[in-house]
Amino acid sequence: MVVNIRKLPDRYYIMPGNAACPGCPETMGLRYIKMALGDNVVLVIPAGCSSVIQGIAPRSGINFPILNIVFAAAASAASGLKAAFEAQGKDVHVVVWAGDGGTGDIGFQALSGAAERDEDIIYICVDNEAYMNTGIQRSSLTPYGAWTTTTWTGKKEHKKNIPYILISHGVKYVATASVGYPTDFIEKLQRAAKIRGFRYIHLLAPCPIGWRFDPGLTAKVAQLAVQTGLFPLYEYINGVFRLSPIAKKYKDPKKRKPVIEYLKLQGRYKHLLNKPDEVKKIEEYIENLWHLIDALEKTFTAEGGKGEAIYRSL
Amino acid sequence: MPIMGLTGNYAVAHAVRLARVQVVAAYPITPQTTIVEKISEMVEKGEMNARVIRVESEHSALAAVFGAASGGARAFTATASHGLLYMYEVTWWAAGARVPLVMAVVTRAIGPPWNIHVDHQDIMTLRDTGWIVSMAQENQEVLDLTIQAFRISEDPRVYLPMVVGLDGFILSHTRAPVDVPEQEVVDEFLPPRRQPYVISPETNLVMGNIAPDDIHFLMRYSMSEAMEAAKKVIEEVDREWAKLTGRRYGGLVECYKCEDADYIAITTGSWSGDAKKAADMLREEGYNYGVLRLRFIRPWPTEKIAMAVEGKKGVIVFDRAVSMGATGPIFADVAHTLYGSNISLMGVIAGLAGVDMKARDFAEAMRMFSSRVEEEGRVYEPRFWLLPRRYRGRPERVKEVAKRWS
Ligand SMILES: Cc1ncc(C[n+]2csc(CCOP(=O)(O)OP(=O)(O)O)c2C)c(N)n1
Ligand code: SF4
Ligand SMILES: [Mg+2]
Repeated sequence: MVVNIRKLPDRYYIMPGNAACPGCPETMGLRYIKMALGDNVVLVIPAGCSSVIQGIAPRSGINFPILNIVFAAAASAASGLKAAFEAQGKDVHVVVWAGDGGTGDIGFQALSGAAERDEDIIYICVDNEAYMNTGIQRSSLTPYGAWTTTTWTGKKEHKKNIPYILISHGVKYVATASVGYPTDFIEKLQRAAKIRGFRYIHLLAPCPIGWRFDPGLTAKVAQLAVQTGLFPLYEYINGVFRLSPIAKKYKDPKKRKPVIEYLKLQGRYKHLLNKPDEVKKIEEYIENLWHLIDALEKTFTAEGGKGEAIYRSL
Repeated sequence: MPIMGLTGNYAVAHAVRLARVQVVAAYPITPQTTIVEKISEMVEKGEMNARVIRVESEHSALAAVFGAASGGARAFTATASHGLLYMYEVTWWAAGARVPLVMAVVTRAIGPPWNIHVDHQDIMTLRDTGWIVSMAQENQEVLDLTIQAFRISEDPRVYLPMVVGLDGFILSHTRAPVDVPEQEVVDEFLPPRRQPYVISPETNLVMGNIAPDDIHFLMRYSMSEAMEAAKKVIEEVDREWAKLTGRRYGGLVECYKCEDADYIAITTGSWSGDAKKAADMLREEGYNYGVLRLRFIRPWPTEKIAMAVEGKKGVIVFDRAVSMGATGPIFADVAHTLYGSNISLMGVIAGLAGVDMKARDFAEAMRMFSSRVEEEGRVYEPRFWLLPRRYRGRPERVKEVAKRWS
């Protein structure tokens, strides 16, 4: 399945006058959802930037039906909403759109529950690596070293690996994506849409406000995260793991860009740019991450090309 | 109509079946658990056509049925005690969204220490949320109220979620004969689901994004008005149910021997039966008592209470909960209802933590109150602690226990 982004519908999904900051990655992601899935979608959104981006009722700056819900309850409200559609014989994509905090911290229990129950929903974590809505506080998905307003000298712990945890739940579909690669994200959404059961997409969403970079650079930063090896793009479908074609080459450390190129664009890393030990810790993190990817690739294979067949069939 | 021996919890489950609920989500907690067990069993045996979502917590239970209700399904959940506190945030969201929904709360004390026995501390936390809050006295009423709850909650004049309260173990786990109506009767009584809006691709609506503050203010006002409107709907529903089943409860309140009474005891829930027995005992002693049983805590039956106590010598309120630093919650509301009258008033806090209250315990407090009124004239005692029997009149033992356990 190959997507030509120019041929996809893109009309008035994100309206002028919505309340996002310039260069906001969340509006980029939202637009791609409708481009990929069309109009038969209902969003469930917990507290976070996207609750605000919608703008002021009774209007909305995002052309989706949306059930807003309390911070910790996105996956469970979506489970119920889907059950209601099923009870009425309606086939609707129920899509959760939750931040890294709403996913990996306060909403994690509900997410884990819905994943284990194999609820027929698509859960997207829009990961801007901090609580942006409340003013850039650290989350468990904030990476090592990053400045936030609750980690003034840099976070001391590494990023929690939520997609890996979701793979461990044995759900039908897990993918990582980046707003820097819209076609890849859209393809993944469309593949996910063809599967029944719990589907999880982890979307990296660099935030110019929280990460302290120029709002014109959102897509570039999102690409650099992939190109430096910090954010591998992959899919896991029905027990088969595959690196995404555009990101495959970054398996080879020599093909990766130096991580410093990524770090130096962002004010949140300013304090560690001339501390080689700190940068080294991030490089080690990348190495370890790829060991894990390697292990996943070797573990979740399908013999005789069946793996590729699964991907091609979707 | 078949008479079945049902526990209060099974009465709830049968009512949920008869109401043709489509989505159920609940999380086990004593003494609620047998409700969701029974519903699961009925669904798996094909006696009921619903989806049961076996969620991982109460927060998710209410969020899931709220999601289902928002999507147009008739939905139900049940909980108790810590479970209710755990879902507290969602109770506010659900009420504010004006989506009809029904929940059973099987009342239970809140820890520490862990305690599975009855008191009303849990259900009373719902007073400010915007849920209609009802309390049953016995199992037949549990079934009837649960069916009625869907009708009340889904009435366009109301559109608020509703709680049916039933006392832990006293009702939830005690079997009693219950007249279970035929499906046709319930179908006649309960119209297909109505709700103010549905979230779906067809409607393309957004619920819950930021609104101007004055609009939000007016939304709160409109909820309050809907609570007022619910009073009328509750009375109507009571009359209509009586037409179909012959059972009528009195709507917001039930009055037991109020007309010729000099004194009124105000209660809610299962222990009202003991209070009525106590009233009969005191009548033999020359104190003419009636019992006003509150079937609804929200909306607060202001007019009905004012009417029932008009011209009486005294009102004694029994609370099975306390607002720390203030009084029992029912007392507080009775006190504002009686503002301006110079009727004698006493608030009794009793039966907390499942401590048993027998008719003679009620009688003791009522006798003490009436004799004080007759001796002293007007009595106003907002917070009288009716201690467990073996600690009454023994302040040194109470002090000792307090020292050791606090
Ligand atoms: C129960 C609860 N606790 C705290 C908050 C305050 N709050 C609102 S959004 C938010 C952070 C959101 O972070 P994330 O999920 O990463 O989304 P983002 O804003 O970054 O898109 C917090 C802490 C809340 N709304 N509800
Ligand atoms: S803070 Fe970041 S994620 Fe939030 S609206 Fe602004 S740009 Fe978007
Ligand atoms: Mg975030």
